[in-house]
Amino acid sequence: MRKTAWSPGFWACFFGCGLILAIAIPAFNLLVPPNSPAALPDYLVPLLGKYLCYALLALSLDLIWGYAGILSLGQGAFFALGGYCVGMYLMRQIGARGVYGNPLLPDFMVFLNWQQLPWFWWGFDHFAWAAAMVVLVPGLLALVFGWLAFRSRVTGVYLSIITQAMTYALMLAFFRNDMGFGGNNGMTDYKDLLGWDVHQPSTRLGLYLASVVALGLGYLLCRFITASKLGRVLLALRDAESRVRFLGYSVTNAKLFVFTISAILAGIAGALYVPQVGIINPSEFSPGNSIEVAIWVSVGGRGTLSGAVVGAILVNAAKTWLTGAAPETWLFVLGALFVLTTLVFPHGMVGLLRRARWIRPRAPAPVPAGEQA
Amino acid sequence: MKAPVTTDALLYLNGVTVSFDGFKALDELSLIVEEGELRTIIGPNGAGKTTMMDVVTGKTRPDAGEALFRGFADLTRLDEPEIANLGIGRKFQRPTVFENLTVFENLELSLADSRATWATLFARLTPDHHDRIAATLARIGLTALSDLPAGALSHGQKQWLEIGMLLIHDRTLLLLDEPVAGMTDSETEETAELILDLAKDRTIVVVEHDMAFVRSLGARVTVLHEGSVLAEGSIDHVQNHPRVIEVYLGR
Repeated sequence: MRKTAWSPGFWACFFGCGLILAIAIPAFNLLVPPNSPAALPDYLVPLLGKYLCYALLALSLDLIWGYAGILSLGQGAFFALGGYCVGMYLMRQIGARGVYGNPLLPDFMVFLNWQQLPWFWWGFDHFAWAAAMVVLVPGLLALVFGWLAFRSRVTGVYLSIITQAMTYALMLAFFRNDMGFGGNNGMTDYKDLLGWDVHQPSTRLGLYLASVVALGLGYLLCRFITASKLGRVLLALRDAESRVRFLGYSVTNAKLFVFTISAILAGIAGALYVPQVGIINPSEFSPGNSIEVAIWVSVGGRGTLSGAVVGAILVNAAKTWLTGAAPETWLFVLGALFVLTTLVFPHGMVGLLRRARWIRPRAPAPVPAGEQA
Repeated sequence: MKAPVTTDALLYLNGVTVSFDGFKALDELSLIVEEGELRTIIGPNGAGKTTMMDVVTGKTRPDAGEALFRGFADLTRLDEPEIANLGIGRKFQRPTVFENLTVFENLELSLADSRATWATLFARLTPDHHDRIAATLARIGLTALSDLPAGALSHGQKQWLEIGMLLIHDRTLLLLDEPVAGMTDSETEETAELILDLAKDRTIVVVEHDMAFVRSLGARVTVLHEGSVLAEGSIDHVQNHPRVIEVYLGR
């Protein structure tokens, strides 16, 4: 019988990881006395939550890059747009508690002498509206952008360049004060989210748990797509796009579908990220951020969903540690990691683990699919 | 406006011209293939054989001329997936199978089933699909290799897998571009038998260089030269045609 993506082994791993993230980590934070060495201090909870948002972002890139060959170097743009949608909601929640005490306008608008709320801020005082926008704004941008690009058969490095240009253009636009998104400074000084104080450890733990759930559901969605027949169409078009067309599949539609799903996942990741880090500003759009996402994915293992998650968490943990211990070395280490991955272990860490597992049994495994360079 | 063409032919090309930077790859090519026919097309390099296939499958848009399928479908206006879904299948010169998918999965993607993105997301293999894949695997002799990645197959096996991918879909018209290129003699013989067998219930156009292979198919031959038809008829007729001899041997 052919292998299924939903074997008991898979569910055991999935729920095992889920238990560690959703039960063990909160337990170490809440139940272990704070002065014990095993305790997880409060400040680490949002940091872990941030890693999980990055993991979801990496997952979204792996879905299109690893499986459909679309290397988007603008994935950070969808992440930032999702973040801005939540940032706008959080700004409206501040209400009259801002420095200027204006009940309607956020501080930066008062500072710019604006008299009324711009039309596109309408509805952002409602959480449901903001949540809908988190999905709709990145999704629609991806739909329009992807339709134009894929219909004209822009592929490979050209697609990477225009996605890069897209995020750069958005960054420049959001830097402008008269865009109405807080310009250079972005949005910060949040007070509460759905009535909970964002600075309270309990709220932060709640956000962390929401990130665990979002990552879990995102992972299952990506696995469902990649294990479906559509997943095989994507792998096929990654390797021989025109052949897929002659089989009668619309390459444009298939790519557009995953590109849009991927943008929505990135938007959700950004939406969970902003309340945990407490700020959103245009630097989130910077092209470097998007390139870094591609590095997490390739270090973890491109084309394996678990690789994207592992890569994002480990590279970011290393970043947190190194930027504290020896800040000036971080960029060199990141660059070296990328070069090393490309040259020595092209299938990333997950690829290395899988190879190690294959070496052990005596019977030679069937010739692996090996990517042609 | 021109008067609409009426034709009973399965494939009807009339005055098709394609030029690349002034070079005419096809020069007012006219070709009619009837339903149920097996046709071989030969011609020296650059005669326009592959360009002709590109026009029929929607890869290349002609600068002028008509290309009709079943007398109504205008092939010059449809894109590749639309033409494929009309029932025109193509095998490329270089075998192009999906190397990272298994032999089984290659055939699965080729099954006649909905091609819509949403439908493929929820597609499930029915017992009927399994039977058809098993039957095709048996016919192309790859049953034992069904779970191997297609990239691990030999050249000849890839060619057969590609023919199998056309077979399983039950298309009306198959375009085979050099199906025996790079095959051993015995593989070539087996392929000829396979094609003759296939030709019993579908229309096939074969482009080939190998004259022994063309002869073994025993079908009507069209000779292309510089983008248009030079001669047409039985293999003996064509091989004794003075212009064909001149083109093939004269320079």
